[in-house]
Amino acid sequence: MRTSQTAWTGADIFFECLKREKVEYVFGYPGGAVLKLYERLYDVDFLKHILVRHEQGATHMAEGYAKATGKVGVVLVTSGPGATNTVTGIADAYMDSVPIVVFSGQVATQLIGNDAFQEADIVGITRPITKHSFLVRDVKELATTIRKAFYIASTGRPGPVLVDLPKDVVASVCEFEYPEKVELRGYKPNFLGHQNQIKKAAEIIKNAKKPLLYVGGGVIMSNGERELRLFAKENNFPVTMTLQGLGAFPGNDNQSLGMLGMHGTYYANQAVNNCDVLVSLGARFDDRVTGKVDSFAPNAYKIHVDIDPTCIDKNVVVDLPIVGDVKHVLAELASELNEPSNLSNWWEQINKWKAQCPLYYEKDDGKLRTEYIIERISEKTKGNAVIVTDVGQHQMWTAQHYKFNNPRSHITSGGLGTMGFSVPASIGAAFGIKDRPIISISGDGGFQMNMQELATAAYNKLPIKFFIINNSFLGMVRQWQELFHQEKYSFTDLSESNPNFVKLGEAFGLKTFSTNSPKQVDDILDEVFEIKDGPVLVEFKVVKEDMVFPIIPSGATINEIMTKRLDPKEMI
Amino acid sequence: MKHTITVLVENQFGAFNRVATMFSGKGFNIHSISIGETETPEVSRMTIVTEGDDKIMEQVVKQLNRLIDTIKVIDLTGQTRVERELALITVYYQKGTRAELISICDIFRGNVVDINNKTIMLEITGPPQKIDAVINVFEPFGIKEMARSGTVALKRGEQLNSEKNLVTQ
Repeated sequence: MRTSQTAWTGADIFFECLKREKVEYVFGYPGGAVLKLYERLYDVDFLKHILVRHEQGATHMAEGYAKATGKVGVVLVTSGPGATNTVTGIADAYMDSVPIVVFSGQVATQLIGNDAFQEADIVGITRPITKHSFLVRDVKELATTIRKAFYIASTGRPGPVLVDLPKDVVASVCEFEYPEKVELRGYKPNFLGHQNQIKKAAEIIKNAKKPLLYVGGGVIMSNGERELRLFAKENNFPVTMTLQGLGAFPGNDNQSLGMLGMHGTYYANQAVNNCDVLVSLGARFDDRVTGKVDSFAPNAYKIHVDIDPTCIDKNVVVDLPIVGDVKHVLAELASELNEPSNLSNWWEQINKWKAQCPLYYEKDDGKLRTEYIIERISEKTKGNAVIVTDVGQHQMWTAQHYKFNNPRSHITSGGLGTMGFSVPASIGAAFGIKDRPIISISGDGGFQMNMQELATAAYNKLPIKFFIINNSFLGMVRQWQELFHQEKYSFTDLSESNPNFVKLGEAFGLKTFSTNSPKQVDDILDEVFEIKDGPVLVEFKVVKEDMVFPIIPSGATINEIMTKRLDPKEMI
Repeated sequence: MKHTITVLVENQFGAFNRVATMFSGKGFNIHSISIGETETPEVSRMTIVTEGDDKIMEQVVKQLNRLIDTIKVIDLTGQTRVERELALITVYYQKGTRAELISICDIFRGNVVDINNKTIMLEITGPPQKIDAVINVFEPFGIKEMARSGTVALKRGEQLNSEKNLVTQ
């Protein structure tokens, strides 16, 4: 405890700084090196500490919270294994540009490097997967470092920052002075796009006959959805979104072509292939989007708006880069375009593609399919839920069939593709968002990677709907084995080894449901959406061998798109 | 093509590691890297000699700039600059070759810095190409060991127009 106004312990300073950063939740797990912090935390009433069951869960919760609210997610863990358990979550946040700050305990400064108990060089381990990291060596640097950490995590292209706190540093005493300003001469996140570039872009967009907006997660991160909607609606532009961009533009709007890329819609990919001007907004030309790089949007003049200069010309060389905050750039672009041009020919073509090959799945055989479940959830929640998916087939089906109305509503592990993301991330989202349903969707494989966090959800009585899409397979891997690996279903069949998910949910104190019939889906959904006092778990036993279509094989072009499973007869 | 890039970084814990990690993480080559203090004690200057096509070099510079501790990145390639490297080379000598070694060393304006009954240590300074040439010449005598500092480089001062110079004088 602090003894006077001037003498503060590191632990006092730590929580005072979190208070000033307006931190509401800390996702953490105590341990030897952070005991001093937890001693102080015992009397802290201005923020809530959420005890997780595994430190990986804490990082995904912080991510879920950050993605749902736009605020910085905060993690507190101990040294050694506590810190190394956060690595996957930090890497995930780095790939998807999620603002989180991870505070890890560290052994006392004089023991660093001595192979002390629970020592790990976490700054070294996480260096390539953090936006920045700090080792605080003196309590006098603590306040400034925390301030810098939050500033770096949340500005520019957001990302994870790690702050390593040696045990003796948080226990030592110093005078506390809060730094009102942060001075980082090597870090000046560029906010406004270059005027001339914007004017030039506007001129080109004005004259486009077949323009297309390619929208990524950057639009959501910069809170630019209003600007995007205005820009697209007023000019009648077709919009396609990346996995992380879903929600930036309403999915049920006629101008939305849905997702593009490997599992994107046929018409979105055709539009990319045929457009004459491609406007990339806060997207990074990921290989899951481009397929074969040389054939990506081959006829298009490419305009690329991104806040991170390293994204420009990294995968695809563009014609006109604009480095800046996409929200500002969109507003400026919109003000330059006064008269919408006539795009009726282009729309006619797009609508032809839409009619020619809509999203399709088999509906008439009475079997339960994920696409149907997602459609029903979309319908029941009117596209307004926060959907937190895991990684695999269910993730792609959700991206295809849920009509996201709002930004920050589709929370998923995109870049890193972390199985086990959904359960903890949905918990983080549920702490941040109280007025909309929170739905976690996992496969039976990924669910088991972080299911311990059901305890965290149950203890905190969070009204999360945990939906398990159980096909008793690692479905996406199975799909690749069927399509590209000679049907060698190597270690993807979980039917013999899966637990009883209903009993599992009950063991954690959840209300549970299970079905394999499409007829019961509506009733179950109606019932679970009425439950507000705690989490529920629903197991949907779906068809085992379904595949996600369309699929453009890795590194291929749209000409190789597969829109449905080939009938063996057709193959002959 | 080889590029010489100088990077001004905060002289603090981990800054060098972050640069090195970035190079290995992105799969960029490093031919040589040297780091030392500058006229401002809190700033270090790194000189990195790297190789790649224009697209890779663009990424190298951008990725360096992206690091929080990086204050300034300058690609000196194509600019008038002074490049220097220092090498310490220990060479075996036999009866009769010692004088020859010393005279070669003189030709390259090097210094003899150590000698015993088997080997002679020479200090050579100059652009990296010169060091390469020196090593080639000494190779047949038998190089026992060698240490190269890596390149350091600075941009040359602006050349003032001589007429203007006269006027101002």
